[in-house]
Amino acid sequence: MTARSYVTKIFGKAPVRPIQQHMEKVVLCVCELEPFFKAVVEGDWSRAREIQHAIGSLENEADEIKRDIRLHLPKSVFMPVSRVDLLEMLRIQDMVANKAKDIAGLMVGREMEMPASIADDMIEYASRSIEATRQAGTAINELDELFESGFRGAEVKLVESMIRRLDEIEKHNDQQQVKLRTSLFAIEDDLNPVKVVFLYLVIDWVGHIADLAQRVGSRLEYLLAR
Amino acid sequence: MDFATTYLVLACVFGLCMAWGIGANDVANAMATSVGSRALTIRQAVLIAAVFEFLGAFLAGGEVTATIRKGIIDVALVADQPELLAIGMLASLLAAALWLLAASSRGWPVSTTHTIVGAIVGFAIAGIGFEAVEWGRIGTIVSSWVVSPLLAGTIGFLLFLSVQRLILITSEPFQNAKRYVPFYIFLVGFFVALVTLLKGLKHLGLGFTTTQSYLLAFGVGLTLAVIGKVFVNRIRLDPVLDKQFHFANVERVFGVLMIFTACAMAFAHGSNDVANAVGPVAAVISLVQSGGSVGREAALSFWILLLGGGGIVIGLLTYGTRVMTTVGNNITELTPSRGFAATLAAAATVVLASGTGLPISTTHTLVGAVLGVGMARGISALNLNVVRNIFMSWVITLPAGAILAIVFFYLFKAFLT
Repeated sequence: MTARSYVTKIFGKAPVRPIQQHMEKVVLCVCELEPFFKAVVEGDWSRAREIQHAIGSLENEADEIKRDIRLHLPKSVFMPVSRVDLLEMLRIQDMVANKAKDIAGLMVGREMEMPASIADDMIEYASRSIEATRQAGTAINELDELFESGFRGAEVKLVESMIRRLDEIEKHNDQQQVKLRTSLFAIEDDLNPVKVVFLYLVIDWVGHIADLAQRVGSRLEYLLAR
Repeated sequence: MDFATTYLVLACVFGLCMAWGIGANDVANAMATSVGSRALTIRQAVLIAAVFEFLGAFLAGGEVTATIRKGIIDVALVADQPELLAIGMLASLLAAALWLLAASSRGWPVSTTHTIVGAIVGFAIAGIGFEAVEWGRIGTIVSSWVVSPLLAGTIGFLLFLSVQRLILITSEPFQNAKRYVPFYIFLVGFFVALVTLLKGLKHLGLGFTTTQSYLLAFGVGLTLAVIGKVFVNRIRLDPVLDKQFHFANVERVFGVLMIFTACAMAFAHGSNDVANAVGPVAAVISLVQSGGSVGREAALSFWILLLGGGGIVIGLLTYGTRVMTTVGNNITELTPSRGFAATLAAAATVVLASGTGLPISTTHTLVGAVLGVGMARGISALNLNVVRNIFMSWVITLPAGAILAIVFFYLFKAFLT
């Protein structure tokens, strides 16, 4: 006689903790961009490469968690929130880390120099995107409390205010992007055209990180809607 | 009857086997939500189960035992052949015990109750005749198998909604938990005591009037609530715990409540599942004691319920602890606030059924209660295919119990008459 009880089988593997762990990895991964951009500005490519590897392995760890969550969430599972909404949120969380990896990969691969006149703005701009991701992480960290309170009451209000804050950060990030593009436009004639094109691309991608972080927040709002 | 002593010994041996099987496996199912929410350690759960399964069987198991003993078969038809009834009951018991053993070793969601009822109906049709089965009564029993999970689900749904409204979604969940949890404890004590007093104690010769029962039950509820209040007040807010998970301290308060509901659940399980396991034993023993007169109303000897209760405790201590440990490790996401709502809903339904003399499946009722809490957005992930498996187990268990009982019936008939 083996020791088994079928009442246990009714309790599915809840994806709440793993989704939070995934987001923690994503935040760690994106946070690496801060020292990364500093290294790029200083032209310290061995340091930049090191950080790129760290970003890569954090992104891999997040991928592992994502795969595990998907495997354990069959269609027959019943949850207080839509399974599709939850998986979509996870997918966007994952895209944030992917974007960070792409940025690091591109910049290291091309050893992209940062023109001195936009360097400070660039670091500031990147740290806005990082802040947006952090804020999304803070909101996702409330997921277990949301499940506990059954997506009602005081907890919902708390998360809604976190998402509003996230929207503000993203808006701020947008404004900085405009400013940064203008500065780059002013000096672009003095730079190598190919390098300029890629600088625009990096600006674009760093902005994407904040956009995606905001989308994580709006996906979380989908879960709150009843 | 020629083989009176043989019948008696076999009945006790098979009955003990059955009770052992229930203690070894089924109790862990009944205690799954209590152990799974980590409000109790395995050791505490085993202790609670041992004491309250026994009490449930002894104090509130009489009605269900009576149903199994004489409610399913029209005994008047076999008045001239009492040994047919005796070997039929023995065959049913053995069939149920073996089927249960086979099924639980494979983790199938079978129920003791369904097996026993299937077995008795099977032997009655084959050994006595189609008309010997009290089909009306069977109809009631079978519909109670559908109603009990639904009722438990509804109660679980409402209980959890009340927990949510009164405690979880408020701005001060910890204070509110401390305020309301003693009230829930009162509810547990009051309800279980009331049903037991109103319906269960007849066979012990303790008859109370309705008013006395209500007053006594109120007293029991109040006493438990006061004890619970003392424990709840000892819980101090631990800010470190709340950093990780804001509701950690709230759940500690529910942990106190969970101890009481776990007791109620073990009591309920004892009153129903143990009772229907010893029902056939009671039937055989009353036949033998009355010297083979089928119709006579033999009082249910309370030592039969002792036998059942004792068997369960042995099963629990020899094997059930291990099953319970696995259960505890396999349920990872159940918090006491949910575990309490599901367990109390199931316990209340089962106790009610026991009082009415309806043999139902404790485990299926518990599954219904868990689903009810899930419908109230209480549980983070449920596997709904378990529900399909339960329907499958009904379809398989009833004929399996019946066929096995028929086989053993003819075997016993060949050797024992």
